[in-house]
Amino acid sequence: MGEDLNKPEYEIPPELKSSVSITTLDRIYNWSRRSSVWPMMFGLACCAIEMICAAASRYDIARFGMEVMRPSPRQSDLMLVSGTVTKKMMPLIVRLFNQMPEPKYVIAMGACASGGGPFKEGYNVISGVDNYIPVDVYIPGCPPTPQALMNGLITLQKKIDTQSIREVRWYKKGASETIPVPVLGPDIMDPREYDLIRQYTNQKLQNIDDPAAQVARQEKGS
Amino acid sequence: MSAQIITKNSDLLEKFPQYVKPDERTGYNGYVVSSDHLIDVARAIRDELGYDYLSSVTGVDYLPDGLMEVVYHFFKSSGGPALAIKSQVDRNNAVVPSLVSLYPGADFQEREAWDLFGIQFAGHPDLRRLLLWEGFEGHPMRKDWHEPYYEEDGKPFKSRWPDGKISLAEDKNPFHKNIAFPTGFDPDKWIPDDDSVLYSNIKNIISSEDESGLKTDYVIVNMGPQHPSTHGVFRMVVALEGETIRVLKPVVGYLHRNHEKIGERNTFLQNMPYTDRLDYISSLSNNFGYALAVEKLMGIKPPERAEYLRVIMAEFTRISNHLFAIGSLLNDMGAYFTPMLYAIEERELILDIFEATTGSRMMCNYFRFGGVARDLPEGIYEKIHDLAFERLPRKIDELDLYLTNSEIIKARGEGVGVLTPEDAIAYSTSGPVVRASGVPYDIRRADPYSIYDRFDFDVAVRYHGDVYDRYLIRVDEMRQSVRIIQQALTQMPKGPIQEGKPQYVVKVPPGEAYGRVEAPKGELGYYVVSNGKPNPWRYHVRAPSLINITPLEKMSLGNKVADTVIILGSIDIVLGELDR
Repeated sequence: MGEDLNKPEYEIPPELKSSVSITTLDRIYNWSRRSSVWPMMFGLACCAIEMICAAASRYDIARFGMEVMRPSPRQSDLMLVSGTVTKKMMPLIVRLFNQMPEPKYVIAMGACASGGGPFKEGYNVISGVDNYIPVDVYIPGCPPTPQALMNGLITLQKKIDTQSIREVRWYKKGASETIPVPVLGPDIMDPREYDLIRQYTNQKLQNIDDPAAQVARQEKGS
Repeated sequence: MSAQIITKNSDLLEKFPQYVKPDERTGYNGYVVSSDHLIDVARAIRDELGYDYLSSVTGVDYLPDGLMEVVYHFFKSSGGPALAIKSQVDRNNAVVPSLVSLYPGADFQEREAWDLFGIQFAGHPDLRRLLLWEGFEGHPMRKDWHEPYYEEDGKPFKSRWPDGKISLAEDKNPFHKNIAFPTGFDPDKWIPDDDSVLYSNIKNIISSEDESGLKTDYVIVNMGPQHPSTHGVFRMVVALEGETIRVLKPVVGYLHRNHEKIGERNTFLQNMPYTDRLDYISSLSNNFGYALAVEKLMGIKPPERAEYLRVIMAEFTRISNHLFAIGSLLNDMGAYFTPMLYAIEERELILDIFEATTGSRMMCNYFRFGGVARDLPEGIYEKIHDLAFERLPRKIDELDLYLTNSEIIKARGEGVGVLTPEDAIAYSTSGPVVRASGVPYDIRRADPYSIYDRFDFDVAVRYHGDVYDRYLIRVDEMRQSVRIIQQALTQMPKGPIQEGKPQYVVKVPPGEAYGRVEAPKGELGYYVVSNGKPNPWRYHVRAPSLINITPLEKMSLGNKVADTVIILGSIDIVLGELDR
């Protein structure tokens, strides 16, 4: 057991010191969770190659207990969004996220997943996966080196360490809500934003100078 | 010089005097063919002139002239320069006959041109959008189509230069997101397409087969885009009879990151780091092709030492790519991760050299127009020397020893996913895929570029065209790459690495150029059109991964699902390049 786990704040008799550890429930709960985070085998783009390298012999994320990559979201704890998130892919990512059981974590690996990166201005690129799903750790870099990825994983472990079994969301009633899956329309549409979209496109309709609005008004009238 | 374009081909002009005209714009080559007679001309090009290989099909939007142009580059599979023909049509009614019946390799490229430019190809068997989804508003590569974060047509943007201010693109968008909607659009009335055309096409194929004999139940399965053996976000829709594949339709575009649209906003040099991210396993080869295309437009050549550095880096890239390809192919076959670990061990050593020389492990951004960015740092020459003369030959032999005669690999690979040489050429496949089918088509030999004509190496060819041969050919090619590196290291002179001063903004004269290299995955071509401004007017990437999967259905039909996985693995696709 790790040294940080055994913090009894309580006097253990010397004859028992070699065979007994005393710890808190939170600590052992978090220790066991953070030492076997199973990432989903889910590669999007360039960063996925560095993720594979991090799993290979030189860097070896097995040291964190994280080498068990599961191809199915239903068996994984961690979604490593490793690469550019496109609008065409976004509904599928949300569905995968919804299929993951709690407790679940998301790491946005690299510039693209964190904020669009070099492809931000592209018409088919999401400016950061956090527009749709909650992200726990952001890793900068294009692509982040395996060392940077490992730093991100350690940061995630630290975050897990701070959680308490009494307060975590997955033991609360009705806390685990599913995220509505975006719809591919003329552009990607978040079902939560339909009102905003309608309001804005109608506003554009009122614009008298815009020739496109004139055509659209005529179509609506007829 | 690579990919010269034939300017005088009297046969073509004599045969079709009325509707074939030489392209007389300054800096342009090839012929302009009227769209009504395109099929006849293409048939003559294929059957009489012997240009059996249609390399690239792409659209160019000449907005000021109101024209939409389709550019075709034909080659002979026996080697030699290109024959470029163009067909011009009205922008608002862009209809061009499809060449799929003559050159099946045009299939995905024509679909891409329809998707991005809105050029209709009359007679195309399955003209659906390729990279975007059905229902997407507009055709984004048209010059008058603006993305939601649109600021200006070309960089550097006035808000950033000369006295730049920090601003977020999100703040200028009403949704604070990268989205835009047409005027008066009502989201509640929208019915998503959900690939209805694709599924009904598959059902039609199935039902037409049903008419003869017993009725069979088919199951339609979606493999991907989240699937461990599709090498990224690739999706195949398959119709299965038991476990046997009856129909297979690839669906791509899940990693379409608008490389070409961004490329036309960027300045010429700004595109260099973006090319790294095309085929992200072999970034230096991508740099090579783009540098060649722009250098051809500018009419410059790099100094000797830079040429050698380019070749060394490109060949190391090929080795690292093939190691990775073999590793993941064996993963797909079920040798879960063990061969991959051996392959990545060697790849890491090559990446160390890249990191020391270029500053980055993967995204090297090393080539410049007329040279390379940096010389080899101290101590790296010795490292390269050790690797090329000692370690890599030994390790490739080791890989060969462990894997090649393995009973499992033979049983899984031999006779599976066969591609005949005729099909390989007709489907425009390139690289290891075409050479494993017995066609010795290697651009380093067929149409030499850079200094490849100085080296003594063999073009690896295998003759069965199955998965096993596509594995073997990668081992062969690694050996040849080591030979090239060894010769280059011995011959490399001292001297400058950059022609003239390094420049941030290069002056590119108006014209067009098609630069192509033998990338690890196949023929990587860049079609660049300049109008004399700092930004390219058209920037197109002929991605080998995309075109190599055109015959995937043909190779997979009648095989089992598990075989399709290794057939895909043996083609070796990278989604960054496939979707761009």
